[in-house]
Amino acid sequence: MVMTTHEEKMRTVRFRVGATPHIVVNSEICRNDCSVHACVYVCPANLFVPLDDGGILFNYEQCFECGTCYVACNQEGAIRWSYPDGGYGVTFRES
Amino acid sequence: MTTHPANQQFDVIVVGAGPAGSAAALLAARAGLKVLLLERGEYPGAKNASGAVFYGSAILNELIPNWWEQAPVERHICRRDIAFMSPTTAVALDFRSAGVGFATAPYNGFTVLRPKFDRWLAAQAEAAGAFVLTSAVVDDVLREKGHIVGVRVRREQGEIYGKVVIACDGVNSFLAKKAGLQREFHPHELSLGVKEVIGLDPAIIQDRFHLTDNDGIAFEYLGAITEDVHGGAFLYTNRDSLSLGVIGQVSSLVERRKRPYELLERFKAHPAVAPLVRGGKLREYSAHLIPESGWAMKPKLYTDGMLVAGDAAGFCLAAGLYLEGMNYAMQSGLAAAETAIFACQKNNFSARVLAAYQKNLKQRHVSTDFRAYRHAPSFVNGPRLQNLYPEMVARGMEQIFRVDGTPKRKILPLTYRMVRQSTIKPGQLLRDVYQVARAYLW
Ligand SMILES: Cc1cc2nc3c(=O)[nH]c(=O)nc-3n(C[C@H](O)[C@H](O)[C@H](O)COP(=O)(O)OP(=O)(O)OC[C@H]3O[C@@H](n4cnc5c(N)ncnc54)[C@H](O)[C@@H]3O)c2cc1C
Ligand code: SF4
Ligand code: SF4
Repeated sequence: MVMTTHEEKMRTVRFRVGATPHIVVNSEICRNDCSVHACVYVCPANLFVPLDDGGILFNYEQCFECGTCYVACNQEGAIRWSYPDGGYGVTFRES
Repeated sequence: MTTHPANQQFDVIVVGAGPAGSAAALLAARAGLKVLLLERGEYPGAKNASGAVFYGSAILNELIPNWWEQAPVERHICRRDIAFMSPTTAVALDFRSAGVGFATAPYNGFTVLRPKFDRWLAAQAEAAGAFVLTSAVVDDVLREKGHIVGVRVRREQGEIYGKVVIACDGVNSFLAKKAGLQREFHPHELSLGVKEVIGLDPAIIQDRFHLTDNDGIAFEYLGAITEDVHGGAFLYTNRDSLSLGVIGQVSSLVERRKRPYELLERFKAHPAVAPLVRGGKLREYSAHLIPESGWAMKPKLYTDGMLVAGDAAGFCLAAGLYLEGMNYAMQSGLAAAETAIFACQKNNFSARVLAAYQKNLKQRHVSTDFRAYRHAPSFVNGPRLQNLYPEMVARGMEQIFRVDGTPKRKILPLTYRMVRQSTIKPGQLLRDVYQVARAYLW
């Protein structure tokens, strides 16, 4: 079908998940210093889950490695961002 | 320069096997240089998502005559539309050409699927003699006495030495930053593209878009399509699929609190788009950033031992009528390779010699094009041109065509009334007309 939910979209993408996270979020900073929570809206993989206490729950496994969260986040040090190890991470087949 | 073990010493190290990197590696290898092309993906193209219409056919044809006969291309573009959208209507400028260069060799543009196309292009570099190493992430540059002398790959004994490093590592270029050539970006300088490849029977594609054989279309959409987010949308035909996506400025997504994939769903549901995608099946969803600000985000392009090309250098023309990155990536990659070849002849890899890159970029029309269009991005990628005016055109046409028993208004009074009803001031409108003219006409 043409109209799809976000879950259905993500199921079409192939990820080879590495053992170590390439992105680490410091939820302390999200909780104490951030009112915008930009990452929650912009991430095309919807990987940033806001918690009741204002913090963020993040899982790196289905990440497009696009860098959007890193540029959108306005809090120094909240996101530690790098690429996964060679050959790991997202592997597009059609795009 | 110190000498290093021969197996770890190259003339040219190219980082990133996108169109910039593979073109650079191909040309340098053909000149007889010892070239290493490093790519972090499992294969070249594994990390790369774009539209994608490749407008660099003539450039590639100089390197590989009749390249399209052997490359994984989808369709050649004979029809381009620019559509202005309101939430329920669309007004399109429809360009069709069966003319020379569009429907005939070397063709003006081809749709491609990047994981296939990039892989093929890197294989051409390999065939020309370059060493291609995939699954290799470059984490840093190596320096000796202030000169860049190689790169560090994330693995045991990952130090690799080269006389010139060409950074073709794309929009997020860590290399340009590590070398001190690029600053951090602002969210208004980048746009996020989210995209889908939707499978559809080739016979349906031909019927639906009035195409014969391998003709293809490229449609771009402006206006209410991204709601109040600054951006646009696109839809292209492949052989047996459609590529479509929505592009939104990152700062504007944040301000409006819009999720990109929800905009994508709304795009597909628009009454002018839904019939085009009907019956299709999602094959792959993807996302990637676009450097939207062109000239304004250009890094310093060279330093002792290193050059920067492609998206890493901001050479992506994303401004209303244009979304061209792959062709400029390739041209700048070639200009970088020419510079590296020149430096090898001189056996001098200092910034003073590598400054020849500027001349080579000019000769390949890269810097001249970006200079000419330097006013376009910041203005065109703004709210009035991307959202407001296109939507007004669509709404205006709706009023012109509507027959409902009320008196017919002529176009000028109608326009006047629409401007009056909008938030735009007449003076602003005139200034914008001037800006558009300055951006595109002279
Ligand atoms: C949604 C969307 C639609 C677009 N549509 C079009 C279009 O229709 N036509 C067009 O011409 N352009 C289009 N573009 C722009 C185009 O995709 C880019 O301008 C072009 O891909 C730039 O080529 P490049 O070689 O400079 O960089 P990329 O294609 O991004 O290649 C960079 C390569 O470097 C690798 N890499 C990065 N970092 C490292 C590292 N540290 N170590 C090793 N390898 C690394 C990456 O894996 C990648 O393979 C579009 C872009 C997007 C996002
Ligand atoms: S935008 Fe940055 S600081 Fe704010 S919640 Fe997201 S990651 Fe945390
Ligand atoms: S890099 Fe992109 S996909 Fe990955 S977490 Fe950040 S925004 Fe989401």
